Amino acid sequence: MSDIKTQIRSFIDKNFMVPASLGLKDSDSLLDHQIVDSTGFLELIHFVESDFGISVDETEMVLENFESIDSIARFVTEKRSATSVAGA
Amino acid sequence: MAKLPGLDLATETDRICERLREATLRTLRRRGLVVAMSGGIDSSVCAALAVRALGKERVFGLLLPERDSSGASSRLGRLMAEFLDIEHALHDISSTLAAIGCYSEQEEVLRRVLPGFGGGWKFKLAIVDLMAGRIAVTHLVAEDPAGKRYDQRLSPTDYLKIVAATNFKQRVRKTIEYYHADRLNYAVVGTPNRLEYDQGFFVKNGDGAADVKPIAHLYKTHVYDLARHLGLPESIVQTTPTTDTFSLAQGQDEFYFRLPYGQMDLALWHLNEGLSAAELAREIGCDEATAERTYETIRAKRRTTAYLHAAPILVEPVPQVSR
Repeated sequence: MSDIKTQIRSFIDKNFMVPASLGLKDSDSLLDHQIVDSTGFLELIHFVESDFGISVDETEMVLENFESIDSIARFVTEKRSATSVAGA
Repeated sequence: MAKLPGLDLATETDRICERLREATLRTLRRRGLVVAMSGGIDSSVCAALAVRALGKERVFGLLLPERDSSGASSRLGRLMAEFLDIEHALHDISSTLAAIGCYSEQEEVLRRVLPGFGGGWKFKLAIVDLMAGRIAVTHLVAEDPAGKRYDQRLSPTDYLKIVAATNFKQRVRKTIEYYHADRLNYAVVGTPNRLEYDQGFFVKNGDGAADVKPIAHLYKTHVYDLARHLGLPESIVQTTPTTDTFSLAQGQDEFYFRLPYGQMDLALWHLNEGLSAAELAREIGCDEATAERTYETIRAKRRTTAYLHAAPILVEPVPQVSR
């Protein structure tokens, strides 16, 4: 999980230039801190699909899954485990 | 249906016309105004105000259709120019857009995303957000010649490429508007209403570029009221707002605003007046959570589109030319 969070944070830092002074925590809302806008969410969804090899269904494109680094990591972990169970 | 508080239309018309005269002749030091006329309510009202402010001899109308424009836009644009009895010209910009790659760049994405896409197909972009915490996602909606519909989520790269290619349309139109403005020593009128201006529903250096924007402070509801006050033809006043940008017909609420314009107007007005989401909910008949999300969407759009309004950023001010 922590490796996933590191990858997500690295993507966010690289693409959205989060100021260090903000002290963004893994649980902080990317929306409330005005880090990600609507195009940014599209990029985030594309990133998790391409880098973690999962497919995000339309019904899963909710803030609950993409609000923070924590929620994205939780979503990716659950999707991966569901995929591996289905494939077993 | 709930409606915005009314405007004193006669007073407002006089105020805008006085400002237009002063802006054109004194501030901008130009002799008249160029208005691109799409046949929609905003450009029609702007053209009518320009004529009232400066006289029909000092207003030049432009009809700038391209191959994806609806036939209605040119017909209504011409009707309005003839109604105002102003000099006008028609430039079909399709060949310019083809030469610059507008259509081929769009089609490169379309053929890749939708195998089989080709002649006779139509398409548009549509926002799918479905409210309740959903992230707004743009879909490609296409229709084949037999009328079968296809609906496909786009990757960010493909979405941005289609938008970028489509923006050629507004930028080419603006280039032609400025050609005529330069030739006549006129200024160019921008035609956004307040909803579009506030929410950034325009293309930077495209339809967002202008010398004067006479109705940018008016809610769309008031633009319709003004159209009736100015006696515009009923066929203009009755038109449904569309983007007239894609080959498949697309409502503005489908592409950009999440609600029909009347409700978006009310939401923006309530927010601007400092009224609560509960009051908006009562007014438009939705639950409070939906009203709050609408407020948040408006605020988010302001943040996202702030750069469209921004002048180029300098490393330090140049006080000799800064205003």
